[in-house]
Amino acid sequence: MIKKSIYTLLLLLLMSCSSKEEDVYTPKPASLKIPELFQQKLIAPVIPTNNPLTEEGIALGKKLFFDKILSKDNTQSCATCHNPKKAFTDENRFSDGVNGTFGTRNSMPIFNLAWNFDERFAWDGKELSLERQALEPVRNPIEMHSKWTNVTERLQNHSEYPTLFQQAFGVSKIDSTLVTKALAQFERTLISGNSKFDQFLLGKAQLTPEEQNGFDVFMDETRGDCFHCHGSNNNPLWTDNKFHNNGLDAVFSDLGLGKVTGDPNDNGKFRSPSLRNLKFTAPYMHDGRFATLDEVINHYSTGLKSSPTIDPLMKKVNQGGVNLSDKDKADLKAFLLSLSDNDFVANPNFQE
Amino acid sequence: MKQYLILFLSLLLFSCSSDNDELTKEVTVKFNFTQNWDGTVIEKSDLSNTEYTNKLGTKLTIEKLRYLISKITLTNGAGVETIFEGYKLVDITESENLTFSPTEKISEGAYNLSMTFGFNNADNFKAGGYADLNSASWDVPDTLGGGYHYMQLEGKFLNKNIQQQGFAYHTIGAYNSTTKEVEDTSFTVDLGTISIKNNATIEVKMNVAEWFKNPNEWDLDVLNSMLMPNYDAQKLMSANGKSGVFSLGNISQ
Ligand code: HEC
Ligand code: HEC
Repeated sequence: MIKKSIYTLLLLLLMSCSSKEEDVYTPKPASLKIPELFQQKLIAPVIPTNNPLTEEGIALGKKLFFDKILSKDNTQSCATCHNPKKAFTDENRFSDGVNGTFGTRNSMPIFNLAWNFDERFAWDGKELSLERQALEPVRNPIEMHSKWTNVTERLQNHSEYPTLFQQAFGVSKIDSTLVTKALAQFERTLISGNSKFDQFLLGKAQLTPEEQNGFDVFMDETRGDCFHCHGSNNNPLWTDNKFHNNGLDAVFSDLGLGKVTGDPNDNGKFRSPSLRNLKFTAPYMHDGRFATLDEVINHYSTGLKSSPTIDPLMKKVNQGGVNLSDKDKADLKAFLLSLSDNDFVANPNFQE
Repeated sequence: MKQYLILFLSLLLFSCSSDNDELTKEVTVKFNFTQNWDGTVIEKSDLSNTEYTNKLGTKLTIEKLRYLISKITLTNGAGVETIFEGYKLVDITESENLTFSPTEKISEGAYNLSMTFGFNNADNFKAGGYADLNSASWDVPDTLGGGYHYMQLEGKFLNKNIQQQGFAYHTIGAYNSTTKEVEDTSFTVDLGTISIKNNATIEVKMNVAEWFKNPNEWDLDVLNSMLMPNYDAQKLMSANGKSGVFSLGNISQ
């Protein structure tokens, strides 16, 4: 009985609240443009309930993403290392921070991150959501090397930002939480799902015989056997977003996931990257050690190095790797390149 | 207008919430999947750490174990079946993925409990497939007939040359490359009779050692990887799965 009255009371309260809307600016709810194939094949993307997408939030996030105001000396924006023309990564092996100091990790492309269902970001999974990830580069000494208090102060004194925050979040007091919420909203809209291979799966394009054979190599346990970690026609993310040691090193200078979990069994494990947009994302691997796809394919074919945590799926490590024929290597490369999405890197919504 | 609708709906809701004094009690059941090696419980912390010895004496460690259970069925004395909607992809690395909680209620009473390991062919090749299983990279290449994995058991073993070597004991429907057809190697497991009096949690145990034991003593030096396209290996794995891998554990209610 008491429960019921509380319920009706709440209802009444709800009704009485719903009229005041005229006073405050309400941001317009926005939704992601989910590619047809993702709709068919995948579960819904992750959008946290405490950061729903709005048109104003996304626009603000985009402005912030390209704005050098976030860095210590106004020389770097997120886009400095996450260039839209490069599928939101950069062409350097290690990126140059504001102080000219280089990190030890290759910048990562940014797309389809709302489909990283476990929400473990960065090469080693150390960032537990897109919102929390965005806190890091601003204060990282080898990246933008700012202090959040300085950044929010500068934004607060800016001629446009206070209004934009007001419109996106209904508050004009800017803090790091709101900045990262806006950035994360923009990042979620960065969706890539229109490669030639997507077109092929939708029946709108044809593969060359080389691309078709390359796909078969990718899917064949006795040849490439890549699909267990890197997706497939049924998982068009082209990654499992899990952590593996794919045999790059016998001894690790970067422990990867192991540094995050503290578990030596995780040493040398990194998150499988998506194989979309490889045409734009060289160099490859967490430390950018491979400049070309040929080097990557040779690695899996004959260059594997054994270590205690190497993934069991790197099954032929004792023979150096899967030992692909020259033809299969060339075709595999042709297939991999068919996963690149020219529309994504040219999308005007994603440019400065 | 909307507000009246809400009010109306909530009134409707209230009107339903009282009468609950039927004669037979309706209860819910949950299924808790546990794994062991000949009786020693295997937990997440054992992965990559604990060394096991299989029937042939080969030493091995486990790094990954995921398997699919479908068509969990309770059959009452009159032979009436309740087949729970859905399926469970059990993943031993994720504690939230060890329990299957169907929403359907059943009446208290005695039942026979059975389930399917993997998907039968009808479920496996359902038009459109399964978005959650695709998202978990659980699919099988179309060149092997498509559908989904039944199990991925991966780890390392000490081979004849005293070298660590990876194994990937992946079970799927057996693909016959001559006929281009998938032979259904999923199987029904009869877990025996249970008596349900209250809301219950039922433990279903997998003895991983049995996959290497009976009737086929598994030789990892011969069969360790690339088993998906291996029709004969799939038949052998299925045979081992049918005999003694699964059993009924505790029932708490
Ligand atoms: C100096 C170069 C640099 C700048 C500036 C930079 N990043 Fe990054 N970003 C990186 C590197 C390097 C990584 C990989 C980090 C790692 O794994 O340790 C990364 C990783 C990421 C990831 C993880 C992607 C994934 O798939 O897990 C996101 C998201 C991201 N950055 C967003 C941003 C945002 C937002 C900004 C601006 C606030 C920013 N970055 C500024 C270099 C940079
Ligand atoms: C056991 C899981 C696994 C398998 C199987 C696997 N990979 Fe990878 N792959 C990874 C991981 C993990 C990385 C990142 C490793 C790192 O940077 O330390 C990676 C990186 C890559 C990259 C670099 C992408 C980038 O943006 O830097 C390419 C390309 C690639 N793999 C292609 C393939 C191909 C082709 C195959 C099959 C021949 C394959 N992979 C098999 C796990 C796997």
